[in-house]
Amino acid sequence: MNTPAELKYNATDEWVKVEGNIATIGITDYAQEQLSDIVFTEVIVSVGDSLKKGANIATVESVKAASDVNAPVSGKVVEVNEELGSAPEVINTDPYGKGWMLKVELSDPGELGSLMDAAAYEKYCQERGH
Amino acid sequence: MFIPHTPSEKEEMLKTIGMKSLDELFQDVPEKYRFPKLNLPPALTEMEAMEQMREYAEANESTRELICFLGAGAYNHYIPAGVDFILRRGEFYTAYTPYQPEVSQGTLQAIFEFQTLIANLTGMDVSNASHYDGATAAAEAAVMAYHNFRGKRNTMVLSPAVHPQYREVVRTYICGYENVCTAGDSEDSDPLAGPEALYPLIDENTAMVLVQYPDFFGRIFDYTALAKKTHEAGALLCVAVNPTALAALKPPSSFDADIVVGEGQPLGIPLSFGGPYLGIFATKKEYVRKIAGRLVGESSDSQGRRAYVLTLTAREQHIRREKATSNICTNQGLMALAATVYLSLLGKNGLKQVANLCYQKAHYAAGQIAALPGFEVVGASPFFHEFVVRCPIAVKELNQRLLDRNILGGYDLSRDYPALNRHMLLAVTEMNTKEEIDLLVETLKEVSHA
Amino acid sequence: MPEATIYELTSAGRQGVRFPDADVPVSPLPAEFAREELPLPELSEIDVIRHFTRLSQKNYCIDYGFYPLGSCTMKYNPKVNEEAARLPGFAAIHPLQPEETVQGALALMYTLQEWLAEISGFKGVTLQPAAGAQGEYTGVMIIRAYHESRQDDKRKKIIVPDSAHGTNPATSAMSGFEVVGVATDASGNVDLDALKATLDDTVAGIMLTNPNTLGLFEQNVLEVVRLVHQAGGLVYGDGANLNALLGVVRPGDLGFDIMHFNLHKTFSTPHGGGGPGCGPVGVAAHLVDFLPDPVVVMVEAGDDDTAPLYGFRRPDKSIGRMKSFAGHFGMMVRAFCYISMYGGDHLRDIADYAVLNANYLMHKVKQVYKVAYPRVCMHEFVVEGRWDDAPEVHALDISKRLMDYDYHPPTNYFPLIVHEALMIEPTETESKQELDQFAEALIKIAQEAHTQPELLKSAPHNTPVGRVDEVKAAKDLVLCCWMPDSK
Repeated sequence: MNTPAELKYNATDEWVKVEGNIATIGITDYAQEQLSDIVFTEVIVSVGDSLKKGANIATVESVKAASDVNAPVSGKVVEVNEELGSAPEVINTDPYGKGWMLKVELSDPGELGSLMDAAAYEKYCQERGH
Repeated sequence: MFIPHTPSEKEEMLKTIGMKSLDELFQDVPEKYRFPKLNLPPALTEMEAMEQMREYAEANESTRELICFLGAGAYNHYIPAGVDFILRRGEFYTAYTPYQPEVSQGTLQAIFEFQTLIANLTGMDVSNASHYDGATAAAEAAVMAYHNFRGKRNTMVLSPAVHPQYREVVRTYICGYENVCTAGDSEDSDPLAGPEALYPLIDENTAMVLVQYPDFFGRIFDYTALAKKTHEAGALLCVAVNPTALAALKPPSSFDADIVVGEGQPLGIPLSFGGPYLGIFATKKEYVRKIAGRLVGESSDSQGRRAYVLTLTAREQHIRREKATSNICTNQGLMALAATVYLSLLGKNGLKQVANLCYQKAHYAAGQIAALPGFEVVGASPFFHEFVVRCPIAVKELNQRLLDRNILGGYDLSRDYPALNRHMLLAVTEMNTKEEIDLLVETLKEVSHA
Repeated sequence: MPEATIYELTSAGRQGVRFPDADVPVSPLPAEFAREELPLPELSEIDVIRHFTRLSQKNYCIDYGFYPLGSCTMKYNPKVNEEAARLPGFAAIHPLQPEETVQGALALMYTLQEWLAEISGFKGVTLQPAAGAQGEYTGVMIIRAYHESRQDDKRKKIIVPDSAHGTNPATSAMSGFEVVGVATDASGNVDLDALKATLDDTVAGIMLTNPNTLGLFEQNVLEVVRLVHQAGGLVYGDGANLNALLGVVRPGDLGFDIMHFNLHKTFSTPHGGGGPGCGPVGVAAHLVDFLPDPVVVMVEAGDDDTAPLYGFRRPDKSIGRMKSFAGHFGMMVRAFCYISMYGGDHLRDIADYAVLNANYLMHKVKQVYKVAYPRVCMHEFVVEGRWDDAPEVHALDISKRLMDYDYHPPTNYFPLIVHEALMIEPTETESKQELDQFAEALIKIAQEAHTQPELLKSAPHNTPVGRVDEVKAAKDLVLCCWMPDSK
């Protein structure tokens, strides 16, 4: 399992990369592995939408599971990864790179404090077992 | 009978599991309520049971004895012998839902062919593996429209000329969704108004507009303008169809319907007092992931051979649980198979022939009845194989007199439409000979004189 | 050999069935409505019969062999039922005929309502729901209507134990309820403390499967019912597993308010490759007025000389219609015929032998497969399809390998609370010999899992096709075999 140290992690298996005031969001390596082969992704928010932490932002489907993706932070959507529609499998192959889903402008950077760091998230995944 | 155990096998099995009696198996059941005496008749042998079933069956007057002019959502058509021959193969009717594709390719390919036939008949991109019946298919369309707009549009516009039972089922299904309502078919709406009457009701709150084609009264409308209005408002147009009629009429795709639902019973399924029938559901490609119910897709097996499998199952209740948009599990597998065999046997030309015969005979009947004093064929719209007749006496009474002549008369429209007192809906199919139609006309004539 | 599709077999000009020429003067359909292209195949009768016969041979079915699919009750489907349902007096009657012309059908439906009420201890029964899932939906809508009728509008939650069928939470959500889960305790019952923690005046009811999906009778059932009633909620019983209870206990007597039946499980109507089902719903006295439209009632009682008169009625506070007409009548005929062949004196045999078979089979395999909750089971049991010393083998591999031994696999990966679950339901119609052979196959596969795991991973080997690529099916999404070029 790959858990980059520079990212923050949410309990529902989303990662956040913060650059200035912009947070990039995707799902973790652990999450994609649990789902297995992803066949469909739909980001259900659009550029300009205001998100509250916890809001449903996307759906990810594999052949055996479907999962909702939740906003790990609040903010305004500034970019959506349009590539996922035609190539959802990049979430499997590159969850922290080409598999990104959204970029948001943080409205409450204080929320980042409630997210896990890599070590805590790794421990959290181990506790849940496979 | 159906339990093969001999007494000695039973004893041996009990001994194996360390029990003395069958009663011991039920030690977890609260003793007070264990083993109630059931007040049911004593067991029958197969011979006696069949005799009993025959008695119940013979207490009905069937369409084999009666001349049937009754339709209103269920139609008396000829079913070729080959259809039931295939349905009675144990390989089809004693199999379960094809969850294990390696041992279910027969069912899976048949459903795949059914999806293809329905898509081509309706002109739509995709069909699912079927719903329970036409009414629930319409209700599932409403639920799909609701979810399509993520609950932001809350009105379902229903034409009053849609089958009353379809509209009722739509109402039942949407009552679990907050603030969703229906419009268009209130008591004071004119049941015989055309689609234009719906235009003022379609707005930015409309999720779906539901019309029927031919409509409940048998009439044929071109819904192109309605579709345009619906799409301008951003809503979805759902058209409930009679599949037989689609062999003769332009498909709903020609006026840009978004969802096509329908009752598949006319496609080789017996009347059987209302069920089991077959719900048709087809739509455009862009809504494929929003369809409730089963879908079969083509794929390949481990050796690269063509193979079929249930697909997009991640949308379904067993995976999504409370987030699924429908709880449907089964489709009408065996009924979909009946329709697939029926359409294969009739093919392009056979189905056209049936549709044509229905059309011709219904128009002959309507012409004859229109000429009778006291009777009037209502409305100037073109119709397919059903039409509305205003009668000189109450329909219930008229039907009683027809029944005395072994004729099963039309549907009494006053049951659903108070405004249509003394209005009867007559259906004519390829099963009705000219002699039968003439007898109907003759009898109506006598009745109106009496 | 892959079988060609009907669109590949088509040959322009063929027609399997022809119809007589019109015997009436011809009036043309207005051109503006007439269809030009009708893209349907063209086949002769022999093409069609051979095609579907060949397809049928690619299916596994009960008529061929053992089908221990847990929770699905794949019992033998008696052939006399099929004869009965096809009698013209049943198959050729129109749903809207005047009631006086269908008294036999109405009498049969009325009697079946009464029988199901007697078997389950309920006051009223609707036969209308099309399948188990629709029966559930009907039941939950009745719960909703009941609380609404009492202006008790705070009740927004339905409790669903974590061992429930996936349909339960989906149904509750469709009906506008919030779903609250409750865990299972160490002995496989509803965890009473967890249940108590969820109970308050916002609870509309609980959906309880008993026996539950672990195949276990809920040992605290009376306490669960009492607690939910005390909180003002109703108790819904998922009747999918009723086969274990026939003549053994009546859910109505235990205090259940509502339950659906699956005629296609408990009462032997065929599964048809995925429908049609039939999912009647029984309710206690206080809910009879909410049943869907219509129910069959006795309009006039008969006497020595005249038969009773039956008719359809809409109950006073009905939740409305669930589907067209009165339901899957053809399935009702079959179930009626089936019940009459067991009668009051032998109906319990069904549960007796279903439960005996399950316990016997469990006993035969428990040394090799870990039983999830080792206690006396009801009609089915759940084992783990995994071993620590054969880590690469999964329940799915065991299932696929069973096909090589000519068996249909059990239910996989359900219930979700058991790792690598294999849920096995033999039903009462299987003989001791059949169970012995199946147990032998399971044990042999367990050995193979340790010695030749690749044999399982690559199974099945003897079926018409091997494992099917589900990822490709979902990604490429080919749902039709042929479309006109314009598409």
